[in-house]
Amino acid sequence: MKKTLPLSIAGGNLLALTHIYTATLVLGIGALFGMLQGLSRANIIVMPAAFDYYRMLTVHGVLMALVFTTFFITGLFTYCVYTTLPRVRSTKLGWTGYVVMLVGTLMAAVAILDGSASVLYTFYAPLKASPLFYFGATLLIAGTWFVAADIFLNVSTWKFANRGERIPLPAFMATCTLTMWIIATLGVVAEMVLLIPWSLGWTSGIDVSLTRMLFWYFGHPLVYFWIMGAYTIWYTVVPSTYGGKIFSDALTRLAFIMLLLLSTPVGLHHQFLEPGIAAGWKWMHMVLTYGVVIPSFMTAFAIFASFEQAARKAGVSGFFNIVRWLPWKNPVFAGPALGMILFIFGGFGGIVNSSYSMDVLVHNTMWIVGHFHITVGGPVALTFIGATYGLVPMLTGRKLFAPRLALVQVYLWFIGMAIMSTAMHWAGLLGSPRRTSDVTYFGAQGAATWHPEMVWAAIGGVIIAFSVLLFIVVATGTFLADVRANDAPPSFAFASTREDALATPAVFDRLTRWGVLAIVLALLAYAGPVTEQLTAHPYLAPGMRTW
Amino acid sequence: MHVHRAERAWLIFGVAMLAVFLAVITSAAVVDGFVPPSHVQTIDPTKVSQTPPFDHPGLRKVGVGAYEAYYIARIFAFEPATITVPKNAHVTFFVTSADVEHGFSIPETGVNAMVTPGWVSEVSYTFANPGTFLLICNEYCGSGHQLMAAKVIVQ
Repeated sequence: MKKTLPLSIAGGNLLALTHIYTATLVLGIGALFGMLQGLSRANIIVMPAAFDYYRMLTVHGVLMALVFTTFFITGLFTYCVYTTLPRVRSTKLGWTGYVVMLVGTLMAAVAILDGSASVLYTFYAPLKASPLFYFGATLLIAGTWFVAADIFLNVSTWKFANRGERIPLPAFMATCTLTMWIIATLGVVAEMVLLIPWSLGWTSGIDVSLTRMLFWYFGHPLVYFWIMGAYTIWYTVVPSTYGGKIFSDALTRLAFIMLLLLSTPVGLHHQFLEPGIAAGWKWMHMVLTYGVVIPSFMTAFAIFASFEQAARKAGVSGFFNIVRWLPWKNPVFAGPALGMILFIFGGFGGIVNSSYSMDVLVHNTMWIVGHFHITVGGPVALTFIGATYGLVPMLTGRKLFAPRLALVQVYLWFIGMAIMSTAMHWAGLLGSPRRTSDVTYFGAQGAATWHPEMVWAAIGGVIIAFSVLLFIVVATGTFLADVRANDAPPSFAFASTREDALATPAVFDRLTRWGVLAIVLALLAYAGPVTEQLTAHPYLAPGMRTW
Repeated sequence: MHVHRAERAWLIFGVAMLAVFLAVITSAAVVDGFVPPSHVQTIDPTKVSQTPPFDHPGLRKVGVGAYEAYYIARIFAFEPATITVPKNAHVTFFVTSADVEHGFSIPETGVNAMVTPGWVSEVSYTFANPGTFLLICNEYCGSGHQLMAAKVIVQ
């Protein structure tokens, strides 16, 4: 057999691919730690003291919530903008962003692995990690700002040269989401401005409540950053896998604008049970959280309407016939579609969590862990995995390696996640706490009912970890096997909008205006609670290393 | 802007559902007082043991069937470790932390609150059934977090 040189990958493709592969690797490491945690918590294995449960949990949380998702989304949006707009700038700014994100991640990783930062991904003060951890996390965020700047400059340059034209939908979604992200990350950077001097010993105490409020100002929009990344694929790419069209350009943009406006002023619903915050503010944030459900209702409608329209056009009608007609054997479809099924449950669980006094029943229990595994670990991760199966062949010009294995992988993930998340939700309703290495409590009676659920969660976790192993084999195998795709149809394509959809109002593309409005809303939602916190003159707490 | 008839119906249904949820939760808050613990009171976290009433943590009887319980949460234990109350006792818990963030949860009851250093948390509950209840810290507080538990005995 004649050996040819590997197909070269350059320019924006290489940049996007590097982001995607970094996310893939991170998912692999994160899943391994997740599986060990599940087994350890079910009392099936015992972790060595030198590498205890909480250090492992910090690794898992940071890698999955902050690193995997962020690298994938910045890669995806870079791809969205680079492929839908003529490139007018070099990739330098994009690469700078990638390198800063990577350096930040490595710094935080060193701090966590050497045991000086077992503070979990929420790093609640006054638990005091080494400065390296806070510096690393700040750089990870700062890197995304470079990526965002690159994208904003590309889009604004294009807009300037093409006045009156609509921004292509994928580029619009990238810009809208990153606008939301910049507003949200200002909160965590402000928190770092308090934490870094304190961890260096320059200040002696920390306002614990203020840091928590700044964290959750960022923490909830972080969730919507993931969801908007997944929605971008659901709206624009998923229809192309079955020859469908985007249902409505205008309503898609409207949904994203609503997400931009309402993702941030809702963070207090993570702090319902906290002292020092008056109940009225909490109630207000619940109402706003209900508001952010509406764009998700719109998305659900648009996705299913798009299915039905394409099916009817192909002469298929009736619910079950349409479901059967969809391309369930294509992992680029099956990943996101299985994720959508999980999101039905994730969405309703989310409404429970945000329901004010109802949160008392589930707050800090395993229910919450079940909830974010069936949201970020379900629809978001499955969508990113499915998209990787489309993006990697697209970016490398190669054929997907072992496509059947890829298909088995997404179904295994779905099954594993369904088992694990169900067990976690149930354990939470029985009262089992989250973030606890061992929940036997010296054989206490109340704790005995939790153990079977922990075993089921561990079984689910093992299935997911195995599925991630297959994912890495397929994703890296595609590159290494180097089989040219040649004339194969594009594996990751943006669908067009259906012909009879009406024109999009020009105001939807005025993202600067929407961004300013989002900032105003965030300020209004937080002005009251933050002022109250500051005027209560809370005592500062000294930092502590309790691990 | 054109909104499809079916989509309009779907959105009206969705928003109506949220409105019902909101009405139920809000009326439960206003009429029945189901409000998440939101006590606003500061305390110096470095001087908890010297600050009354936390200088004498424990149970106090304040009326017929009514009690107040003052707790200090510190790594990795609660003080008092055990309290005993009669059946149908209405107990108001006041909890504060002497070090890091903790949780204060009695599974299978409505008692669940965060304990933030610098603040006093308040949560109350009527124990209608006798038994030994597990009281746990449900926020990660360090290497011994899984050991941080106490007991509420209802006779």
